[in-house]
Amino acid sequence: MADSWDAGTKQTVQKIPLLTVRAGPRDKEEWGKRLKEELQALIKYIQLNKASDSDWFTITSNKEGTHWSGKCWYVHELQKYTFDFQFDVPATYPAVAPEIEIPELDGKTAKMYRGGKICLTVHFKPLWAKNSPHFGIAHALCLGLAPWMAAEIPHLVGTGVVQPKT
Amino acid sequence: MADQKTAALQDELHKLQEQVNRLSATSIDAQVGKLSEQVQRINRRVEAALAGKLESDVSTSGVTAARSKIDKMSAEVVDSNPYSRLMALQRMGIVKDYERIREKTVAVVGMGGVGSVAAEMLTRCGIGKLLMYDYDKVELANMNRLFFRPDQAGMTKTDAAAQTLEGINPDVRLESYTMNITTLEGFDAFKQTLVDDAGASRVDLVLSCVDNYEARMTINQVCLELGQTWMESGVSEDAVSGHIQVIIPGETACFACVPPLVVASGIDERTLKREGVCAASLPTTMGIIAGLLVQNTLKYLLNFGQVTQYLGYSSLKDFFPSMQIKPNPGCVNPLCGKLQAAYQAHANSPEARAAAAAARALEQAEQNTAVVHEDNEWLIEVVPDEEVAASEAHLHQAQGLPEGLEYSMPVAAMDAQMLNADAVEDTEDNVDDLMAQLHLLHST
Repeated sequence: MADSWDAGTKQTVQKIPLLTVRAGPRDKEEWGKRLKEELQALIKYIQLNKASDSDWFTITSNKEGTHWSGKCWYVHELQKYTFDFQFDVPATYPAVAPEIEIPELDGKTAKMYRGGKICLTVHFKPLWAKNSPHFGIAHALCLGLAPWMAAEIPHLVGTGVVQPKT
Repeated sequence: MADQKTAALQDELHKLQEQVNRLSATSIDAQVGKLSEQVQRINRRVEAALAGKLESDVSTSGVTAARSKIDKMSAEVVDSNPYSRLMALQRMGIVKDYERIREKTVAVVGMGGVGSVAAEMLTRCGIGKLLMYDYDKVELANMNRLFFRPDQAGMTKTDAAAQTLEGINPDVRLESYTMNITTLEGFDAFKQTLVDDAGASRVDLVLSCVDNYEARMTINQVCLELGQTWMESGVSEDAVSGHIQVIIPGETACFACVPPLVVASGIDERTLKREGVCAASLPTTMGIIAGLLVQNTLKYLLNFGQVTQYLGYSSLKDFFPSMQIKPNPGCVNPLCGKLQAAYQAHANSPEARAAAAAARALEQAEQNTAVVHEDNEWLIEVVPDEEVAASEAHLHQAQGLPEGLEYSMPVAAMDAQMLNADAVEDTEDNVDDLMAQLHLLHST
């Protein structure tokens, strides 16, 4: 499974700090600690991206850190394609990974579940299981959303489903 | 057809009335009473037949009125008794008291290709109460599976199911819940529907018929918190294999104890084409899994046969692996660990040991009396099949996976040293500070 990752992604994910607190949003006290770790890992990941001139998303959350949203973009043939993404932290997190949604692509690709959830079953979920609870939101974006866009956006552009916004 | 029937009934009515008239002068009162009662009954039937004829003349839907409710299950063998074939299970010695099924409550989570069919089976079996959960709507893309009809497209799956099931068996009390159980709010709402006022579970069994890991983990957590037995079911994304699994908190492995067990597809994974689709499905595989699930449910609820803890189905090789999955003492879910300890303490108590011994003795006694032949002229005897005995021994080997089963995900494992070196560093900043830092990053 891990062999199929491109060298860049592999190198980057290894630099994202690992999380240590096993707690989800239902664990009132411990969730605060976990949330701090999540934010630290995200900050580090964005700094890494900026340093290598490969910044590709913004993200923000509600006060409780249970709902996240942002913008992600992908450059294909010199065109930049930007999408809104969002997800809720599941009740049983971090045993299960967050289910990232791109609502505006709902129904436009087969590699998506109801409500615009991107399909991560094959390439990402086993990795999450293996590294639970040490992977966090930053890892989900790096190993889940980024490769999904890299595979799907060129295809959607090629078939004319997605057009550059002018 | 209806005219002939009506005419025949009226004819009979006239004859009876004549009989009554002739008898009235000479016969005993009781006999008259009996006959006029009969006349009244026939009168009602004639009226009903006429009304039915009128109704079918004007209605174009073709849907006939459903039967009325039935207070008590009858074992009477008549065409009009919807329970006669089920109550026959009692006469044949399979089930001791079939009617107990009316006291049972089952929650079906996920009304897809497996859940909707399981719900129909339970409804036809006369289950007492059925709780149904789904967040989705019926679509034409679901029509390759059983149960839902094209004219129900656009309805919520729970509403569409309630509509069909009410017509099939009005005796079943249906509750439908349109909700997504994996979110924070959904989790609490789901748990709330399963408990009574005192906070204890009000269901006898939860059936998981969902199609994703997140929902299974949610059901696992809720059932651990309620000490509720549940059954998991699943069909592979390539639609050619499936499984069912019984989870008794503390006694068996919980869903988080070991990675999910699935049936190996039996074909080289690399030859599988996954391009372009997330999941395939077949009415056959889903119907078979629903059948296995509800069969196990009936055995569990009505105490007959053997409740299988894990049963797999590989359609490509027509292979049914089965096994026991012991709880993992190192389960990552702390509640599972506590329940395991409680179960062990209970199992080792003198009362539990005595009860287990009594159950074994009873089983032995039943086995000894099972086969009775008055004579055996040809001295025929049954000898155990060595191969079967050997394969059973193999199954009992602790946690070794039997042939044909595999974990669908890797076991969580991270080197402690690596974790130490790569973990986030301690920080004095609080959540608000960090959120502000994150926000600032986006504007630079």
